[in-house]
Amino acid sequence: MTALLEPGRYFADGNFAITEGALVGGCRFFAGYPITPSSEVLERMSERLPKLGGHFIEMEDEIGSMAAIIGASNAGAKSMTATSGPGFSLMQENIGLGIITETPTVVLDEMRAGPSTGIPTRVGQGDVMQTRYGSHGDLAPITYAPNSVQESFDITIEAFNSAEKYRQPVIIASDQVVGHLSEVLEVKPLEEYDVVQRMMRKHDDEKGVFSYTEDYVPMFVAGTGFRGNVDSLTHDERGYPSNEASVEKEMLEHLLGKVKKNEEKIVKYEEFLVEDAEVTVVAYGITSRAAKQAVRIARKKGLKVGLFRPITLWPFPQRRIEEIAGHTREFIVPEINYGQYSHPIREYSRSETREIHFPPGAIPDYGVILKEIEGAFK
Amino acid sequence: MLKEPKISDDQREIWREPINYEKFFKPRGEVHIIPERCKECNYCTNYCPKDVLERSPTVNSHGYHPVRVRPGKEDSCVACGMCQTICPDFAIFIREVQT
Amino acid sequence: MTTEEFHPKHALIRDERFPNVWCPGCGLGILLQSYLNAVEKSGIPLDQQVLVSGIGCTARLPGYAKFDSYHTTHGRAIPFATGMKIANPELKVTVVSGDGDLFNIGGNHFIHAARRNMDLVVICSNNFNYGMTGGQHGSTTPLTSRSASTPYGNVEPTFNLPYLASALGASYVSRWTVMHPRQLAKSIRMAMETKGFAFIEVLSPCPPNFGKFNGFGDGFEEMEFYRSKSTVQNDARLEDVSIDPFHGKPVVLGDFVNRKRPSYIMLENELVRKAMGVKK
Ligand SMILES: Cc1ncc(C[n+]2csc(CCOP(=O)(O)OP(=O)(O)O)c2C)c(N)n1
Ligand code: SF4
Ligand code: SF4
Ligand SMILES: [Mg+2]
Repeated sequence: MTALLEPGRYFADGNFAITEGALVGGCRFFAGYPITPSSEVLERMSERLPKLGGHFIEMEDEIGSMAAIIGASNAGAKSMTATSGPGFSLMQENIGLGIITETPTVVLDEMRAGPSTGIPTRVGQGDVMQTRYGSHGDLAPITYAPNSVQESFDITIEAFNSAEKYRQPVIIASDQVVGHLSEVLEVKPLEEYDVVQRMMRKHDDEKGVFSYTEDYVPMFVAGTGFRGNVDSLTHDERGYPSNEASVEKEMLEHLLGKVKKNEEKIVKYEEFLVEDAEVTVVAYGITSRAAKQAVRIARKKGLKVGLFRPITLWPFPQRRIEEIAGHTREFIVPEINYGQYSHPIREYSRSETREIHFPPGAIPDYGVILKEIEGAFK
Repeated sequence: MLKEPKISDDQREIWREPINYEKFFKPRGEVHIIPERCKECNYCTNYCPKDVLERSPTVNSHGYHPVRVRPGKEDSCVACGMCQTICPDFAIFIREVQT
Repeated sequence: MTTEEFHPKHALIRDERFPNVWCPGCGLGILLQSYLNAVEKSGIPLDQQVLVSGIGCTARLPGYAKFDSYHTTHGRAIPFATGMKIANPELKVTVVSGDGDLFNIGGNHFIHAARRNMDLVVICSNNFNYGMTGGQHGSTTPLTSRSASTPYGNVEPTFNLPYLASALGASYVSRWTVMHPRQLAKSIRMAMETKGFAFIEVLSPCPPNFGKFNGFGDGFEEMEFYRSKSTVQNDARLEDVSIDPFHGKPVVLGDFVNRKRPSYIMLENELVRKAMGVKK
C-alpha cells in the first residue's frame, strides 16, 4: 500500500484512523516519542510516511518532538506529533512557541489516567484544562475531542485544516479508549475531502512576516527567498523583537483575536434531544457515549433530558451553551476527572451544574449518569 | 638617494629597509566609521598594527566615545582590515584605495 | 576618514536593527561577521541559508543576519533545526547558540543530533557562563572560576566539548576563539561543506559577567587572556583539550576532526526511496 487509504469500509481502531486521517489531511512530517496509548500512531507513521515521500523521525523526547514539528512546518511540511499526558506536559513550552510564531501543526494528546505516570494503559480525561491553559501566557487554543473511530479520522483532517487556516498548533484531545477501540470506519473517495493546502508567502511580498491587522496572511517558508525573522520573543509585524507593552498588546490581540473572531466557524458540537431539555448533560470523548445511553433511557422514562457533546472543547461553545441555558435549568457534566470542563459550563450557563467524577482508569458507567439525571428531576 | 619611507619609529627599530623598498606595492586604506554603532570596546584601537585609531572626545547618542583616526595618521592605514574583522558592532570598515 | 553608513556586510545584515543588543566588547558580533564571511565564501545560495537559535545572548545572532532566521526556545534550537533540515534537505541550516543553551538545557538534543550525524552546522559560543541571565555558572564554567552563582569558586568539572562531539561521531569538529576571526570563518565554511554533523566551539569574551567576576578589566583583557593561553594544534588528542585556563593549562584550538561518515539525510533519503519503491 503506497497511496492514501482506498475508499471503503474498514474495521479499525482510533489510532489507525488518526494516522490515516492525518495523511489525508496532508501530514508529511511526524516527530514523536513512544508513549502508551498513542504509540501505534508513531509506529504506523514510521511505516506510512516514507511510502508517501514524507519524513518520520523518532526523537529523543517530546520536547524535541514538538520543536521538530514546528521546525518542519516552517520548512514547508504539514507536521504532527502524538503523545499522552506525560509527553504532553513536556510539550507545553513549545506549543507556546507554535502559537507565538503562528506555525501550523497538529498535536495528538491521547489522554490516560494521571497525574504523573498514572495508569498508562487506562483512560482519563484529566488534560482538558491543560489543552486550554497548559502553555504559559495568554492563548486561544483549538482543541478537538473525538468520540469514535470515524470521528477520529474526520476530525484529524479538520485539525490539519484549522492549523493552516488559523496558523497555530491544533490539539486533538482523544482518550485511551477512543484510541484503542475498534469499529467501522468509512473512508470516502479522496476528492470528497476538503483539504486546505499550505498557502505560501511570495518572496517579494512587501508586508512584514506577520500582520496584526489581518487575521490571516500566508506564512513564509524557509528557503523561498523571503529572508524573514521568526521569533519566540514578543515581536512586531516585521518579526523583530520588542520590549514594548504596546507591541505585546498588538501581537496578543491578534493571536487571540484570530480565533475569537472565527469562533462560529471553528466551534463544532453534536446535540441529542436538547431542544426541549430541562436538564442537559454535557459530555465529550468516550464519556459522551455512556452519557448518550443514559439520556436515551431517561427519555424513555419520560425525563426531558438532552445531551450536548462539544467536539471542539476549545474555543468553548459559549453561544450555544448560553442559548441552551435559556430552557435548561440544570447541567450535568460527567468527566473522567475530578471536575474540569464543568467549570466553564457553570461559568457560561450561569446555571446549576452537577459534576460527575469518574475516577480515571475505567470506562464510565452509564448507570451513574442515569442516576444523576433522575436525581435532577426529583 | 632613497626617499623617506612611511614607517613608524618603532618599526624602524625592528626592520631594516630593503634597498628596493620603493618598488613594493604598499596598500593604502581609507577608514570608514559609523560612529552611532561604536561601543568603545577599544578592540580596533588595540589591534590596529599601525596604531591608526583612537577614542574621540565626542560622544554618540548612546553615550560612547566613538573611535576616530588619530590626527596625523590619516595616510597610515595599510588596509589590513583587522579593525573591520574584529569590530563586534559593524562600526568600522576599510576601503582599499589605489595610490 | 569618512563617516559612511554602508558597511561592506550591509546586504547580509538587518541594518535597521543596529546597533545590536550586545554589550561593549562582547565577542558575538565578531562571530556574526565570521559567519557572514563564511557564507560569502561558501558559494551556497543566500536564500538557502537558514539560522536557528535557542535563547540567550548568542541566540540573538540570527536576528541580525539577513537570512531566514528562527529564534526558538531555550535549548531547543537543534531539534527545531532537525525538523527543518529533514523537511527540506536543500536548506543549509546553521544553529548558533550559547554554551548554556546547547549543553545545559539542550544537552540531550546535542548528543542525539551528533549521534545521528544530522546534517547541521552547530556553532556554540562558549562564554563560560549564562550571559543573558547575568552570569551564572554552567557546564562550561572553568573549575574554580567565579560566577554569579559560584561566589566561592566553581567546583564542577566542565564538558570537553570537542571530545564529546567527536566521540558521538560528528563529521567535523573544531574550536576557535573570536580572536581568530579568519580561522573561524574558514572553519565555518568547512563546516558548511561537511556532510553530517559539524560542530564548532567558539570562545568568546563576556566582559560584564564572566570577565568581571574573574578579574578582567574589559573585553580586551579577556581576549588577550585567551589569546595568550591558546595554541593551535589540529591533531591534538581530544581527551586532553578540556579548558582549564586558570591552572596553567593551554587552550587548544584547531580543526580537530574532518571525516567522511554517512549522514542522516543521506541514509534517510535512501530509506524513503526504498519505501517508495524507487529503483536506483
Ligand atoms: C526554559 C527556560 N529556562 C530559563 C530561561 C532563562 N534563560 C534565558 S537565556 C539563559 C542562559 C543563556 O546562556 P547561554 O546559552 O550560555 O547564552 P549566552 O547568553 O551566554 O550567550 C537562561 C537560563 C529561559 N529563557 N527558558
Ligand atoms: S572595534 Fe568597533 S565598537 Fe569597538 S571601538 Fe572599534 S569601532 Fe568601536
Ligand atoms: S552579557 Fe556577555 S554574552 Fe551577553 S551581550 Fe553582554 S558580553 Fe555578550
Ligand atoms: Mg553562555
